[in-house]
Amino acid sequence: MSLSLEQVHRVAQLARLEISDAEAETTRTQLNAIFTLIEAMQAVDTKGIEPMAHAQDLSQRLRPDEVTETDRRGAFQAVSPEVEAGLFLVPKVIE
Amino acid sequence: MIERSLKSLAAALAGKEISSVELTQTYLDRIARLNPDINAYITVAPEKSLAQAKAADARIAAGQTTALTGIPLAQKDIFCAQGWRTTCGSKMLDNFVSPYDATVIERLNTAGAVILGKTNMDEFAMGSSNETSYFGAVKNPWDRDRVSGGSSGGSAAAVAARLAPAATATDTGGSIRQPAALCGLTGLKPTYGVVSRYGMIAYASSLDQGGPMARSAEDCALLLDAMAGFDPRDSTSLERPADDYLRDLERPLAGLRIGLPKEFFGEGCDAAVMASIEAAIAEYRKLGAETVEVSLPNMKLSVPAYYVIAPAEASSNLSRYDGVRYGYRAPEYADLNDMYAKTRAQGFGDEVKRRILIGTYVLSHGYYDAYYLQAQRIRRLIADDFRTAFKQCDVIMGPTSPTTAFKLGEKIDDPVQMYLFDIFTLGVNLAGLPGMSVPCGLVDGLPVGLQLIGDYFSEARLLNVAHRYQQATDWHLRRPAGLD
Repeated sequence: MSLSLEQVHRVAQLARLEISDAEAETTRTQLNAIFTLIEAMQAVDTKGIEPMAHAQDLSQRLRPDEVTETDRRGAFQAVSPEVEAGLFLVPKVIE
Repeated sequence: MIERSLKSLAAALAGKEISSVELTQTYLDRIARLNPDINAYITVAPEKSLAQAKAADARIAAGQTTALTGIPLAQKDIFCAQGWRTTCGSKMLDNFVSPYDATVIERLNTAGAVILGKTNMDEFAMGSSNETSYFGAVKNPWDRDRVSGGSSGGSAAAVAARLAPAATATDTGGSIRQPAALCGLTGLKPTYGVVSRYGMIAYASSLDQGGPMARSAEDCALLLDAMAGFDPRDSTSLERPADDYLRDLERPLAGLRIGLPKEFFGEGCDAAVMASIEAAIAEYRKLGAETVEVSLPNMKLSVPAYYVIAPAEASSNLSRYDGVRYGYRAPEYADLNDMYAKTRAQGFGDEVKRRILIGTYVLSHGYYDAYYLQAQRIRRLIADDFRTAFKQCDVIMGPTSPTTAFKLGEKIDDPVQMYLFDIFTLGVNLAGLPGMSVPCGLVDGLPVGLQLIGDYFSEARLLNVAHRYQQATDWHLRRPAGLD
């Protein structure tokens, strides 16, 4: 398979990564080389093999629905680029 | 003092031969002198380290010590440490001062260890040479024109250059074992789920695992004892009784069955490296071990499977870097979407972007089955190969890496060549098994690593197998020249 320039732009848009036309071209070449490597997988017959998501095949542990964390909002917001009155600030999204 | 084992340092501290403040200062002085060239540390904060050392000295005076009290350790900059700048090797987190401790940090702090500094690494642990770090490449202390390996290159170079007695590291596809091999160290990647991932910045969550890197297996065992254990804050942490990783160190190796996978001994590995591996196996035979040929027929597929699964998980994990709650935000943007796109384009380096794009693509509509599910099925084939092999042997051995450390700049422009360098280490992560790298030779003055792979939860046995070898040989005691 081979990615088109348009596909590279589309994937970058999905990943929220700004990409220039020049970068997209280089990226396309590199991704295609990597996908050539990945293609080796397609020749393998995996019919009937259960996909393996986790090394121990464990299900997720459940825990009681209890409050265990203390309120550290101040400390966590101190590392934010922009906060005001306990709120994270982002550019205006609703006119 | 800087050549001593952790056990011997602990004895020196307990015997008041040296204080933790003096020991910590010795390393801080070496870091100030040698780190500008080696670039093993991203952040040092002497006043924080010395405050911890002072507290450790008080504990020692009060007789409340553990095996690590007062011992300074280098921490990979992937572990969040409260009040410490924690960058993960990225511009994205250049200004991030962690408001909390990773479980690994918390456990080592509780044991009384001292944080010497935060070590350099490939950006978000994505790399095999430490050249993707926003903070510059790490130089290999054995030859400063060569790479340290990655992603835990800073931890490896710090210990090899005697800028720390031991270090923490993480391994998603070989990032403990490979730099340990290239820098002449002993490193252990535990069974997935043994060391908590809480506060360890995520790359590929089903593969990421923290572990120790040190000069000897005994030092690794001491560190792992403190690092490992169930943690309810990590959803994939394993609920098992605490293990004693020192218990089997001295066990004789008579009757040990070593599996030699024919895929590790075919083409693709440097002849001189292979000669060192063969010599190590001969030494094991002298120690009473037997060898048996085994097969890992799907080993070659570990590269494609890994480069689907890891980027897929990475693209999801790294979506959190949006310039809103922490980390970098682009200075100028038109609207919210533009802020995300510019923040991420400016904050991430090339390799991280590449993996995010691969991951986004393989998870996108219409491609999920062909790539992601197929990779997960192959993952099971790879794990099953190991399961079959372990019916015939107790430990698998082979090279950690196909060559010794390569030159800085040699592979960085060719991602595929860089990826193929990890051919011998990736399968262990996909299967979730424990693995080690142990120094077993020098080729043209550069270290060679012997890889040991064990069955699930066989860390104590692996450490035993490595320790007995290190009692019979002295490769792990060799040190790079010109770093006094």
